[in-house]
Amino acid sequence: MDQMSPQIITTPKIMSERTIRISAEDVNIYYGEKHAIKNLSVNIPDRAVSAFIGPSGCGKSTFLRAINRMNDTIPSCRITGDVKLDGKSIYDKDVDVVQLRSHVGMVFQKPNPFPKSIFENVAYGPRIHGLAKNKTDLEEMVVSSLKKAGLFEEVKDRLHQSGTGLSGGQQQRLCIARAIAVNPEVILMDEPCSALDPIATARIEELIDELRQNYCIVIVTHSMQQAARVSQLTAFFHLGILVETGDTNEMFTTPKDKRTQDYITGRFG
Amino acid sequence: MTNSFGKDDKTFLAKRYSAERRFKFYGGAALAITTAFLVFLLVDICRKGVPAFIEHHVSIPVLIDPAKVDAKDVAAGDFEGLVKDAIRAQFPEITDRVEKKKLVGLLSQSASNDLRQAVIDNPKLIGQTITSSLLLSDNADLYLKGAEADEKIASLDKLRAQNKIESAFAWRFFTNGDSREPEQAGILGALIGSLLTVAIALSLSLPLGVAAAVYLEQFAPKNRWTDVIEVNINNLAAVPSIIFGLLGLAIFLNVFGLPRSAPLVGGLVLALLVLPTIIIAARAALRAVPPSIKEAALGVGASQQQAVFHHVLPLALPGIMTGAILGLARAFGETAPLLMIGMVAFIADVPHGFTDAATVLPVQVFLWSDLPEIAFQSKTAAAIMVLIVVLFALNAIAIYLRRKFERRW
Repeated sequence: MDQMSPQIITTPKIMSERTIRISAEDVNIYYGEKHAIKNLSVNIPDRAVSAFIGPSGCGKSTFLRAINRMNDTIPSCRITGDVKLDGKSIYDKDVDVVQLRSHVGMVFQKPNPFPKSIFENVAYGPRIHGLAKNKTDLEEMVVSSLKKAGLFEEVKDRLHQSGTGLSGGQQQRLCIARAIAVNPEVILMDEPCSALDPIATARIEELIDELRQNYCIVIVTHSMQQAARVSQLTAFFHLGILVETGDTNEMFTTPKDKRTQDYITGRFG
Repeated sequence: MTNSFGKDDKTFLAKRYSAERRFKFYGGAALAITTAFLVFLLVDICRKGVPAFIEHHVSIPVLIDPAKVDAKDVAAGDFEGLVKDAIRAQFPEITDRVEKKKLVGLLSQSASNDLRQAVIDNPKLIGQTITSSLLLSDNADLYLKGAEADEKIASLDKLRAQNKIESAFAWRFFTNGDSREPEQAGILGALIGSLLTVAIALSLSLPLGVAAAVYLEQFAPKNRWTDVIEVNINNLAAVPSIIFGLLGLAIFLNVFGLPRSAPLVGGLVLALLVLPTIIIAARAALRAVPPSIKEAALGVGASQQQAVFHHVLPLALPGIMTGAILGLARAFGETAPLLMIGMVAFIADVPHGFTDAATVLPVQVFLWSDLPEIAFQSKTAAAIMVLIVVLFALNAIAIYLRRKFERRW
């Protein structure tokens, strides 16, 4: 059944310039009876933005959530195959999920700050992982995370006001600051701009571009323009199959698969 | 303006508007009927109950005769005799024995007790003539409140004409335990009994209920067993309360041998009774916390337990408290299960601990409503008023908590 869609295997140029941070081998994910991801293999480079694109329900978010084992919270979800972070399988028995998630941060579709102060939002991660030695240390961490997320200037006078009082774009940057605060190596973003207006979106995209200097970023997006603007590597998903992976600039100009071509030219999806 | 929608616009629109008007009318009518019933109920209870908060005294000179009261042992003094002498002195013209007895019957038994207490507090009164307010009996009290009497009580009318009758707020109603004499009966015993019982019920059912809800909602695997448990908890909430009383009788009294009529046992039974309510309310409150908050916590590497205890539970707490208070209100008003474990006895003493014999407010209402003395009718209504005030207060606290801590996402 899977023979109808042979995956196109080429090595994108970006892979020769960067080390491999995440690699998935023959991953299958099931929700109960539903086969959501079929025989997926992909390598994701460090210090670059990789974008997952594809029509709704194609499994791109599902796979993203497999990278930090967020799918574990869904009882009916089953996974086979292997996902490796820096060569180490994250589904091994000796891997602690909590530890893993401190290495692989996540930013969600809808900004979801805790209904606490801005400071507390960012400080929560370092606090539960015991990263800060004392109060000043923690304050420094919060400030530097907010600075990295480009939010510090806007909120420096109201760090102790509620995080839910910020605008949507600010909330999403707060969520990014919260994710950065635990020093992850990888940041997963699940359609981080889908709930934002174009100006806030542009601001987040700029931020993503800055962050890729230091992090491995994987972003799921519905917007092909966004993928083209921010990513270096693009992966196209269709019906649970990873159809094509390639350098972003090549993928959007010369897609190798017919389905990719149809999707990016707007014929379906 | 011509309208090009629909086929026959005017009748179509008119129909729609009239349907809307009809619906509004039905809604308003339903509301009016329920309000009318409620107002009728409250007005009726208040009309009957308010007189119970007033008591009447007769204010007459009393000679504290040293011949009848020994300064060395005041408590043993013949205060009944003093009071009898005082009231007879007001009516020297009455000589008939039966009439004299009737005259003394105007006074409550409590009158001599009050006088005894006053003299114990101040022994210097012995030998003096003091003007004392003596509590009147229930029948005299009713007569003065204008109840229809079989015959006129001339002596009372005379005292009233002489301005010797006083009326006062019946603090006694709040400071006394139950009594066979209506004018002396109070609700303090029942109120304390209720508080002790509900305290036990709440301190057991709240931690158990919340723990069960958190586990079921956040940690338990979703399988057939948890489904069975869930269905049974919902069924338990619908079990008639008297069944819980029978259960308490069989287990707490017969198996464990706990004392009969005790707030401890009442509290245990009521805890079982409100446990399903609290679990259901707490689960609903936990479910109302958006999953995105929990995901956010998990996403920064919080464990399941940290995510629940740092984020989900604090956000669900106002809802849980609201549910708990409503459960508490139910426990407060519950009667039937307590009848089964013997909290329906006549108990004149105010309970001092969880194992003392006690009764509770709703049971007190039930007990008084059954008594033949007419004065107990208004006592019953007054006790209902107190019960309603307590329940209103509990509901008000629930609403206040919900308003104050409610969050919107």
